Amino acid sequence: MGVPILKQGYYLIATIQTALTDTDLQGLRDGLIAQIGRYRARGVIIDITALDVMDSFAVRTVQDIAQMGRLRGAETVIVGVQPEVALSMVELGLTLAGVNTALDLEEGLIFLDERTKRASKGGEARAP
Amino acid sequence: MRRERRGAVQPDGPSPAPRLKGRTSADLPAENSIPVRSEADIVFARQKGRELAAALGFRSTDLTLIATAISELARNIVLYARRGRIVVKGIERNGGRGIMVVARDDGPGIPNVAQALQSGFSTSGGLGLGLPGVRRLTDEFDIVSAVGRGTIVTVKKWLR
Repeated sequence: MGVPILKQGYYLIATIQTALTDTDLQGLRDGLIAQIGRYRARGVIIDITALDVMDSFAVRTVQDIAQMGRLRGAETVIVGVQPEVALSMVELGLTLAGVNTALDLEEGLIFLDERTKRASKGGEARAP
Repeated sequence: MRRERRGAVQPDGPSPAPRLKGRTSADLPAENSIPVRSEADIVFARQKGRELAAALGFRSTDLTLIATAISELARNIVLYARRGRIVVKGIERNGGRGIMVVARDDGPGIPNVAQALQSGFSTSGGLGLGLPGVRRLTDEFDIVSAVGRGTIVTVKKWLR
């Protein structure tokens, strides 16, 4: 069961719609990393709203995507972490440190807009 | 292959859904035994565990914690022992209800259990959070392991 990846402007949006096996997660990783190059994407949003479980493998794969994406020039933001999933992740000690997160898809897009605007204008945009 | 098969444990092959006897009944839902032989079974096991926990009356947050614990236990089986079994079962004690999850394999066993329970320890290149994490997600945690013979992890979570 693959994860559909949508292209919107300079961003790739992957919406997870069902429970994923390890192979599905690795397929998502490889698909996103390849498509960053194909579409010259500057940002990636992974929407995990519908994911039933974020266990150690899922968290590690998401971290891999964020780090590999950054090496390819794209920022990744994870959106849709549900309250109970957040609790289970904290209990497992999996805090997604170093990975951008936002509440939902809308906030994720705002985050990427700000981040990529800042990058394209150099340091200037940092001043309020 | 399985030597210790008890009572209502179901045989190998596709597991039927737990036979629920109705939420108003005092009877606990039947236990469900899920063979774990591939990573696809990891997802199946945690879904079956979530179903049984929901039938026992666990709420959304606990369902996720239980499913996450089963996912980690099943992954350990696939990673270290290649094949094994997850049994999920409704339990009762002092009038309280809970769920018991038993992860059993005939794999290589864990030479140093105390070390495996330390955060950050892993021999598989994983995050090393498996067993300590499972212990934090559940109310009771028990592990028996013998090198060359296998590992049995038993966890319980009680309804509040």
